[in-house]
Amino acid sequence: MRLNSDNVQRAKDLIALYPVPRSALIPVLHVAQEQNGWLTPESVEHVAELIGLTPAEVYGTASFYDMLFTEEVGTHLVSICTNIACLLNGGYELLEHAEEKLGVKPGVTTEDGAFTLEEVECIALCGQAPCLAVNWRFFGNVTNADFDKLVDDLRSGRLKDEVPPHGTLNRVRRDISAWAGGVPAAQQALKARASAPPPPPAQGDTTQ
Amino acid sequence: MTVTNAEPIVTRRHGLPNSWTLSSYLQNGGYSGLRKALTMAPEEITQEVLTSNLLGRGGAGFEAGRKWSMLRKAQPVYLVVNGDESEPATFKDHMLLENDPHQLIEGVVICAYAIGASQAFIYVRGEFALAQERVQAALNEAYQHGAAGHNIFGSGFTVDVVLHPGAGAYICGEETALIESLEGKRGFPRIKPPYFPAAIGLYGAPTVVNNVETLSNLPWIVEHGGAAFAALGVGRSTGTRIFSLSGHVNRPGNYEVEMAKTTFRDLVEHYGQGVRNGGQVKAFIPGGASSPWFGPDQLDMALDQDEVGKAGSMLGSGAVTIMDQTTCMVRAAWRITKFFNRESCGQCTPCREGSGWLEKVMRRIEEGAGREEDLELLLDVCDNIAPGLSWPPQQTTICVLGPSIPSSITSGIRMFRDEFLVHIKEGACPYG
Repeated sequence: MRLNSDNVQRAKDLIALYPVPRSALIPVLHVAQEQNGWLTPESVEHVAELIGLTPAEVYGTASFYDMLFTEEVGTHLVSICTNIACLLNGGYELLEHAEEKLGVKPGVTTEDGAFTLEEVECIALCGQAPCLAVNWRFFGNVTNADFDKLVDDLRSGRLKDEVPPHGTLNRVRRDISAWAGGVPAAQQALKARASAPPPPPAQGDTTQ
Repeated sequence: MTVTNAEPIVTRRHGLPNSWTLSSYLQNGGYSGLRKALTMAPEEITQEVLTSNLLGRGGAGFEAGRKWSMLRKAQPVYLVVNGDESEPATFKDHMLLENDPHQLIEGVVICAYAIGASQAFIYVRGEFALAQERVQAALNEAYQHGAAGHNIFGSGFTVDVVLHPGAGAYICGEETALIESLEGKRGFPRIKPPYFPAAIGLYGAPTVVNNVETLSNLPWIVEHGGAAFAALGVGRSTGTRIFSLSGHVNRPGNYEVEMAKTTFRDLVEHYGQGVRNGGQVKAFIPGGASSPWFGPDQLDMALDQDEVGKAGSMLGSGAVTIMDQTTCMVRAAWRITKFFNRESCGQCTPCREGSGWLEKVMRRIEEGAGREEDLELLLDVCDNIAPGLSWPPQQTTICVLGPSIPSSITSGIRMFRDEFLVHIKEGACPYG
């Protein structure tokens, strides 16, 4: 599905933030993922159009990053950390329990599409190991019983405010209405940067 | 025991009700550092930061003031905040972003003023959803308050501050990879020289990339002076610093302590309240998964960047992970190797291929199918990534992710060769 009109506007606002439109690529992909839960081929094409890239260039960036899914993913992405601090505090045991409870291995989505389980690298909550995230909302010191209750709460919708559907990351919109003259004035004020000398080609850049 | 009574700096507001809001921040002295900074000349601020000898808190530990002074003289100048905290067992910036985003924003605007940046980007690790919401909400409040955006506090200084989310890639914590990512590309580190950000950074412009904790210190340094900061700590290791304590301790967490006067033992015993179940420290990782391990005989070493460096490791990202006597060292080293294998960006052969083979051989040993010659094989592959296996490491790769891979393996074999051999000879892990 292509971006809806509200999200097209969000994408345009994001593109306007940067001196170079391509900088908005990852933020706009998050918007696309918020709308559809994952990066559908149509949404990738639409993002490419909006930013002025080819779909291949968009896939080239998207496929590098763990959080961007080019295949369908469950409503709840359950990400269990097994890196060093969690390893020392039962991270793998928690992962095994999660596999049993959800009936899937890491990388797999439950048949009803409600849960995708994944084993992840350190999520920076090591003071509360073992820890996990659901759609990047964090839970620490997770016991097996906590995990079971969490899954039940997610299934029943009791946590729908705390844990929005997969893809929703930042629910706070940028507001610079206090800037005298608003966004156009802000862009005007930053026009000076356009007089910068052209940047030398960056290494690894395939677009030039 | 040398726990000092130095007051915390960057964590001093944590725990206050709604510490992330503007009203709480203003009630507790917020934005007074910025107001003072705007009455100073930009060079005076840089001078205070040089005097403070604030070392970068991201991992490399480079002097922040020197980083600013090295900027190529050209316009525009960009400021990029590295909030992509991903070094395993490091969780301090996560906490700073969630609990005190205004302190960071104040530091960002002070830095932007000092270096003459017209735009600043706060790159926050993609996974930190709450942090992104808190930072954006705080930015909105800061614009409303006149502390960011146009004509800040009536000073005539203008800087636009933009929150930029990452999307999940450890390598983007490397500053040139972060810049590539901010340009909408894969997070491939750039080769240095010539791509030092101060010379050729974001969009080819001179760019300062500073860590969240580094910038969060600026309001205090401007308010109290660089000398007051330098009065804390010892030698080059000045001020206070957050250490993320994890693993087998009774009370893991983030502790902000005076640099160089506090020891690893103080961290474990005083702050961490000892090893769990009354156990013993078998080994510890002093500065994140990239750092070589230390044994219990090094617990009395001070948290001093240079001293730890001389002893063959690094304070790195300030992440200290304690492993007690029940820990299987092969498994610990394997898991860290697996991490680097997953996170190698794939540009350089020694890192991309080496990490994969190291992970396979480590797993074979851990699962009881190892061979005695595997230990030499591991060291040989490590030597191909970081020739000589010296410290600081030599590298055959564009960035330092490559030479970070051998740390856990060479430490494990050097300190616990017998344990590796038991796995190989008995075909099983003695720790179950």
